Amino acid sequence: MSVALASADIARAITRISHEILERNGGSDNLTLLGIPTRGAHLALRIASIIQSIEAREVSVGTLDITLHRDDLQLRPPRALMPTKIPPAGIEGKDVVLIDDVFFSGRTIRAALDALGEIGRPRTVQLAVLIDRGHRELPIRADYVGKNLPTSLEQSVRVHLSEIDGTDEVLIGKLGEL
Amino acid sequence: MRHLLSINDLSQSEAVAILDTASELARVSDAPMKKLPTLRGRTIVNLFAEDSTRTRISFEAAAKRLSADVINFSAKGSSVSKGESLKDTAQTLQAMGADAVIIRHQASGAAHRLATSHWMSGTVINAGDGTHEHPSQALLDAYTLRKHLINGAKNLQGIHVAIVGDILHSRVARSNVLLLSKLGAKVTLVAPPTLLPVGVNSWPASVSYDLDEVMPEIDAIMMLRVQSERMQEHYFPNAREYARYFGLNTDRVKRMKKNSIIMHPGPMNRGLEITADVADSARSVIVEQVSNGVSVRMAILYTLLTGEGIESGALA
Repeated sequence: MSVALASADIARAITRISHEILERNGGSDNLTLLGIPTRGAHLALRIASIIQSIEAREVSVGTLDITLHRDDLQLRPPRALMPTKIPPAGIEGKDVVLIDDVFFSGRTIRAALDALGEIGRPRTVQLAVLIDRGHRELPIRADYVGKNLPTSLEQSVRVHLSEIDGTDEVLIGKLGEL
Repeated sequence: MRHLLSINDLSQSEAVAILDTASELARVSDAPMKKLPTLRGRTIVNLFAEDSTRTRISFEAAAKRLSADVINFSAKGSSVSKGESLKDTAQTLQAMGADAVIIRHQASGAAHRLATSHWMSGTVINAGDGTHEHPSQALLDAYTLRKHLINGAKNLQGIHVAIVGDILHSRVARSNVLLLSKLGAKVTLVAPPTLLPVGVNSWPASVSYDLDEVMPEIDAIMMLRVQSERMQEHYFPNAREYARYFGLNTDRVKRMKKNSIIMHPGPMNRGLEITADVADSARSVIVEQVSNGVSVRMAILYTLLTGEGIESGALA
């Protein structure tokens, strides 16, 4: 088991992603950040607070639980549902940025796109992830990546955030080790 | 957990998990698009050998909001009325590939028989068996209580609920006593001695014969329907006397605590166990119980029908 990203690396990556989101969308006017629980939701709040300090205005941020849209519900034990909080302005016509911690098979994001489709029709949907570990199983890519982390399928990647785990770090280790 | 036959099948944490899931699913019922793909391709059979409005429609709505296919099957108009046995009916449903059967039956233990008989391999959900249990009703009642009386807490610690009326014939009362006490609530049963079952002192509830004495102490009152169709004998002298001693009327409601609520599992005998003005009053959450029922039953179906692949894999 080794530390792939330390606390300072994570902070720099999140700051860079925040700037990239603003650059690409020409500001935060039409922006809606949606974090995928649990850790994506905390990353979304961090990115939102950085964007607010740059732009000096509120940015709408929420969470999107995708559990009920997963395609592996038959294959795994029932999962607890997490809250979905869509900002009051909704997502209709917005530039929505989905935010997750680890980007792997792409199935979570597929489920998130389905979940979004039931809420409304955003103008664009973009994807920001802290770690891209590869091994996509679907034709989905990320727009903003904190770090590309080449891994094998025998490895697992875990993101720890201080809000939940007490520390900020990204760990990589053998499957079952983390 | 594969079947839901009795509240005893649930641990406290499993019961709380179902209530939590239900509160997340409740937002689906508020959304303009009331449909989730979660149970797409699964077949759910509503096998109702006894009449029902709320429970059947509620399970049907819950299953449809999760995109399952629903087959409604009632005793009237099916071969059950020609004398077909539960076994033959179950084998027919198995042959049609039912993933879950929601069963309402006049015989206590019918759901248990269906689940343990190997007549069919699907999930069995008890929607009321005779005078035994009605677990989904208890879960929706607990959900309603939690929503109205508990601020943010997970269980029902510290609240006092009275269940009033025909306890003897009530599967709703049995399931509620088990669940509410499991969740930490205090339960008092109020009924004439003739309408209390033998062995009620062993239940996790206290018993009172005096409704007026109980009224000022409780946070919620659950009125039960007088089940005349199950009464072959006389359990009380006449309806007027029953209504006077055990019916809920405006005078009694005035003596309740300020934020207390009035519940009834339905269908109501207006004028017998509850007066019409009380049933329609602001404190009454009877209609809300019905809409909560859909969210809770979605949570039950979600909990029992996802992850099923692993378990049946283990059985094979």
